[in-house]
Amino acid sequence: MSGFREGWVGPLALVAVGGCLGAALRHGITVLTPGVAALQDPITGTLAANVLGSFLLGAMAYDAGVGQVVPTRARLLVGTGVLSSLTTYSTFAVQTSGLGPELAALNVAANYGLGFAAVVCGQRLAGWLS
Amino acid sequence: MNPFVLVGIGGAVGAMARYTTARLLERELVDTLSVNVLGSVLLGLLVTAPAGDAVALAAGTGFCGAFTTFSSFAVETVQLAGDGELRTAALYAGGMFAAALVGVLIGGTLGGAL
Repeated sequence: MSGFREGWVGPLALVAVGGCLGAALRHGITVLTPGVAALQDPITGTLAANVLGSFLLGAMAYDAGVGQVVPTRARLLVGTGVLSSLTTYSTFAVQTSGLGPELAALNVAANYGLGFAAVVCGQRLAGWLS
Repeated sequence: MNPFVLVGIGGAVGAMARYTTARLLERELVDTLSVNVLGSVLLGLLVTAPAGDAVALAAGTGFCGAFTTFSSFAVETVQLAGDGELRTAALYAGGMFAAALVGVLIGGTLGGAL
C-alpha cells in the first residue's frame, strides 16, 4: 500500500477516471437535467453541482481524522477524482463576476452557505451511519 | 465530437493536474487556493479570448472546472471552523473568493488583449 501511495501512475489513473466522470456529470447537471428548469441555467447548475459534491465529500471526509474507513484507492477515485471535479470554483468565480452586485452577493451567499451546510449534513450523516 | 467526451477528457487532465499540484506543494489550504486562483485566471482568459465551442468545453468546462474545486474548499473551511479556528476559516473563505475574482479579472484582461 505504501508503494502505491508513493508511486504516481496508479493514483493518477484513478484521479483521471474520477475526474472524467465528475466533470461529465457536472456538465450533465448544467445542461441536460430533464424537467428541472432552474438547473438548466448555468448558475444554478453550478450551485447544484457544488452543493451535491460538498455533501458527498463531507460524508466521505468524516473519518479523515479518526481512521481509514475509506481506503486510499477509493479516496483518490471518488474524493479527489469524481467529487472534487464535480464541483468547481473557477466557473463559480467567472459566473459571479458577470453578475450585478446584488445577484453576485446572492450567488456567493448561496454557494458558500448551502455548500458549507451540505458539508456539515454529510459529516452528520456519516457519523450517524458509522 | 460529443460534448461529454470533450468535457470528460478535459476533466481527466484537470483532475490529474490538481492532484499533481497538491502532491508537489505538500501544503493543505495553499494547494486548494493555488489551483482555484490559477484555474480562475485561465477560465477568465478562455471566456474572453476568441475560442471555439470545442475549446470552451474541453479547456473551460472540463479542464478548468475539474482543476479547481469547491467541495475540497468547503470541507477544509468547515473543518477549520469545527477545530475552533474561526478567524482562519473566515480569512480562507473570504481570501479564496477575493483572490479568484482578481484572477478572473487578470485572465479576462489577458484574453481581451488576444
